[in-house]
Amino acid sequence: MAALPLARPRWPVPIAPETDVSRGSCFMATLESQSKYPAPPRRAAPRPGWRRLAAGAAVPLSLLAGLAAWEAIVRLNQLPAFMLPGPVVVWRRLLEVLAGGWLLWHAGITLGEILGGLALGVAGATLVGYGVSKSPALDHVLTPYIVASQAVPIVAIAPLLVLWFGVGLRSKVLICALIVFFPVLINTVVGLRSVEPDLRDMLRTLRATRRQTFAKLEVPAALPVWLGGLRVGATLAVIGAVVGEFVGADRGLGFLINFGRGQYDTALVLVASGALVAIALALYGLVAACERVLLAWRA
Amino acid sequence: MTISLKPRPAPAPVSAQSHAPILAAEQLSYTYPGRGYDPVHALERISLAVAPREFVCVVGPSGCGKSTLLRLLAALLHPTAGQVLFEGQPLLEPRHRIGFVFQKANLMPWRTVLANVQLPLELQGLPQAPARQRAQELIDLVGLAGFEHARPRGLSGGMEQRVAIARALVHNPDVLLLDEPFGALDALTRERMGAELLRIWQARTKTVVMVTHSIPEALLLADRVLVLSPRPGRVRLALEVPLPRPRHRDMEYSPEFAALARQVRETIEAA
Ligand SMILES: Nc1ncnc2c1ncn2[C@@H]1O[C@H](COP(=O)(O)OP(=O)(O)OP(=O)(O)O)[C@@H](O)[C@H]1O
Ligand SMILES: [Mg+2]
Repeated sequence: MAALPLARPRWPVPIAPETDVSRGSCFMATLESQSKYPAPPRRAAPRPGWRRLAAGAAVPLSLLAGLAAWEAIVRLNQLPAFMLPGPVVVWRRLLEVLAGGWLLWHAGITLGEILGGLALGVAGATLVGYGVSKSPALDHVLTPYIVASQAVPIVAIAPLLVLWFGVGLRSKVLICALIVFFPVLINTVVGLRSVEPDLRDMLRTLRATRRQTFAKLEVPAALPVWLGGLRVGATLAVIGAVVGEFVGADRGLGFLINFGRGQYDTALVLVASGALVAIALALYGLVAACERVLLAWRA
Repeated sequence: MTISLKPRPAPAPVSAQSHAPILAAEQLSYTYPGRGYDPVHALERISLAVAPREFVCVVGPSGCGKSTLLRLLAALLHPTAGQVLFEGQPLLEPRHRIGFVFQKANLMPWRTVLANVQLPLELQGLPQAPARQRAQELIDLVGLAGFEHARPRGLSGGMEQRVAIARALVHNPDVLLLDEPFGALDALTRERMGAELLRIWQARTKTVVMVTHSIPEALLLADRVLVLSPRPGRVRLALEVPLPRPRHRDMEYSPEFAALARQVRETIEAA
């Protein structure tokens, strides 16, 4: 992958925002935003009818095939349900816990932790990132801490945070925030540094105030890269919440997974994991939708 | 901050005005502080004066400090020595009354043409409706009617540059500083844009200081051509262009024009 031309070597290359969800490629960064030439059309050209139909059916078909293979493996090996329950068993379990209301209750708890941590982490990272990009002194002072904090694995500090802040919501929000912080910070800094100096000078000749420069230049110019950080942060936040709940919690999807494992209720483990995946996908989709609206000018 | 949407009243009669320069450089020096390499003396004690409504072109070898000079005249840079005077007062920071056009168009890609042109008025807090109307006038003036809602991406280089000129004119500055505004254009587009600039200048009677690489362009447009020496840049020749106005391209083939062009070229080459 080509490095962002404007990224300073101090910081690792960010996850570029130019990722095309509609084609299912998540991490293939392109630099088309940096070019003033028209981007190639985003949507694929209309295909002949049957081919479009095949493309539309591909995902459900592959899902179906996967489920069939799963069921076949379970049946052929005569696996007991605590080792690997078949899809039908898992489906029944899902309906049960849904009917009991507690899947949604636990999912709500976890979602709250994720959203709280995401808000805190994104807000903090954006503020610090703005400061770091504006002040070389701050950059110097903070960089070692930021990099060090990132080098410590989250599973190693999570128990400490639970010890200090209790088994409740607070420690989970903090763990989420911590894990979200880094990618958003990097992308904030790189985004702000990618603002063209000539555009800054242009605003100076127009006597723009600091606030105007921020609102009319820095925000829109940094937004694409910043949103790329948010997209990564959103999925990481899900992991953060589960790690926190694994360490110590009496509620939430991570707790449910732990609980299911203790009971040899593997179906429950799979149901709760599926719920986590659903949350992650929803968050990712939400950020992608934001990008489509906010960055419509690039289409 | 209020701005007038009408053209400013015509300046006082020539006799009362022409002596006081609107923009002047006095013994201006600029040195780029070298980081890890030697400092670069871009300009050394350069002096010049631009009369109101005058059209001045600056030519000189590449790297002699033309862009630096223009940035100093706009107060985008602060001189290491000497000073810039705007209407007799030291110029310490950029002014609304001094418009700047950069070598590249410098448009905001997320804004439409209209929104780009409107930007200066927006920054001055003008209400949306009059700002829009005023921006529309300028877009018409530079011949981009119909492209108001296009994004810079969908424009050609020449169109982008015209948007930049419209943006520099929209808040009606008295002085226009242009840094090779047509540098990126092909020869034909360039000639057309020069003619358009001349038309705008005549219609709105601005003071213009323009950097260019093209000697014919300078002679066709300017009242006066300043030739800078190689770095550190100084004014080596200040040439009044006696060609009558309105000027047209055919003048390029007159012996008078050829003599002027030759004089400029020889001054540049005699390094
Ligand atoms: N930001 C900078 N840092 C250090 N040196 C610089 C910087 N900008 C310009 N210079 C140096 O100052 C000198 C004058 O530069 P300037 O851009 O003013 O030249 P110019 O006459 O506009 O050249 P050109 O015609 O090629 O645009 C050059 O030798 C250049 O190396
Ligand atoms: Mg230059």
